[in-house]
Amino acid sequence: MTPRPPALAALTLSLALTACGSGAEISGAEPITVFAAASLTEAFSRIGADFEEAHPGSSVVFSFAASSTLAQQILAGAPADVFAAASPVPMTTLTRAGRATAPTVFVRNRLQIAVPPGNHAQVRGLSDFTRPSLKIALCAPQVPCGAATEKAFNAAGLVPEPDTLEQDVKAVLAKVTLGEVDAALVYRTDVLAAAGVVDGIAFPEADKAVNDYFLATTAEAPNAAGGSAFVDYVLSARGQRVLDDAGFDPVT
Amino acid sequence: MRRDTAARRGPRPGCGLPLMLLLPAALAVAFLLLPLMALIVRTPWTTLPQLLLAEDARQALQLSLVCAASATLICLVLGVPLAWVLARTDFPGRRLLRALVTVPLVLPPVVGGVALLLLLGRRGLLGRYLDTGLGISLPFTTAAVVVAEAFVAMPFLVIAVEGALRGSDQRYDDAAATLGASKLMVFRRVTLPLIAPGVLAGSVLCFARALGEFGATITFAGSFPGRTQTMPTAIYTALESGDTDGALALSVLLLAVSVAVLISLRDRWLSGVPS
Repeated sequence: MTPRPPALAALTLSLALTACGSGAEISGAEPITVFAAASLTEAFSRIGADFEEAHPGSSVVFSFAASSTLAQQILAGAPADVFAAASPVPMTTLTRAGRATAPTVFVRNRLQIAVPPGNHAQVRGLSDFTRPSLKIALCAPQVPCGAATEKAFNAAGLVPEPDTLEQDVKAVLAKVTLGEVDAALVYRTDVLAAAGVVDGIAFPEADKAVNDYFLATTAEAPNAAGGSAFVDYVLSARGQRVLDDAGFDPVT
Repeated sequence: MRRDTAARRGPRPGCGLPLMLLLPAALAVAFLLLPLMALIVRTPWTTLPQLLLAEDARQALQLSLVCAASATLICLVLGVPLAWVLARTDFPGRRLLRALVTVPLVLPPVVGGVALLLLLGRRGLLGRYLDTGLGISLPFTTAAVVVAEAFVAMPFLVIAVEGALRGSDQRYDDAAATLGASKLMVFRRVTLPLIAPGVLAGSVLCFARALGEFGATITFAGSFPGRTQTMPTAIYTALESGDTDGALALSVLLLAVSVAVLISLRDRWLSGVPS
């Protein structure tokens, strides 16, 4: 339907900034627009701030949403310079259409069980997701976290009994923080980002459902130079440290 | 009386058409209809039957119709009396009350969904008692879809019915009252029949709004095929996952249902709404 609010905000912001920076006295005054998977919200916001500090005069604007949503928006002509996807599929959508080139895997992420503090439903592992009495939120199978969720349950040989299938991992997390569900599957990074509001439980099948995160500059980037500078920064030791702190697994 | 108004409103012969009005009107028509045309043009007509016969599509349509009808029923039962209170009684704060009950009309539906969660969710102000006392948990159920739709759609009905009440001649009510009819009897036997076209028009708007409800539904009721996934949520899911054809097929079906509902009742009833 309509573009989701964060994307819209990023677009409006980037348009506003483009309109203002007509002088272009400082190279890099044009904002770098980064479309990134919802699960990268905290880490990329931090990296964006670091990047701006390291490159005075630059500005990075983000649009965080489900990777599949962002891929559709970029296909429809949204002016993104960089795309970071939580799985190969949305990136392939872009590379096949010639809208992104040379994607690289820059981090990995694994699933964790998220429960409201106290874990009143006494969830221990994936097998609890088959209890019909529990309220359970999962990602829809069409989005990357949902694909990983399916892999994990397949590896465990279990069929979950979800009450809702959400469109992105942050929507799943919100159902846990609101206390509306007893258990959910989100990324480990989401549990870390919401520390204190949700409790995380690691489970062995998560090893079978590790997500590769892909990063690429887009083919029609309005600010291609800025975009590649940002990609380089994410891949640099400083960028990787932030991602490591956020709970992502390194690639090597 | 209505015929008089219609005659007065109609174009008068010999009068030139004012271009100043016609031009923007034509632009408005183009602005409102061209996007829908684009949707229809791009629809995969050849594969449409297969796409619509898919289990998820069928379930979503059925769920949408049942939920929108239930929501409309709730809005009628609660909304018509509310409209009567707003139109026919006078008490301090009446205008404020009217402003407040029409807030869902302008509230972003997602906010409405969050508000419903905070009231009726398991940790909600009321929901916690429903959960611990009665063992009822509303979110993620079909009932939650109906609640979300009724919340968003009721102001449409209230406004339409209130307008009809204000436009109807209150002297009939007074006459019935002087003949000894009780207030409730007057309402049932005189007021309600007089404003029937307005009530119907309000119900149609209410139903159409409920049918298209998305934000409050996905926030409060979530999305699960066959249980809480209505047409708009199914369209959203299909679009998000890159299934443009599936999304378009569902969209054109929803569009057809909405247009059919509006057209079937518009000529007969909507013209009866006093402005």
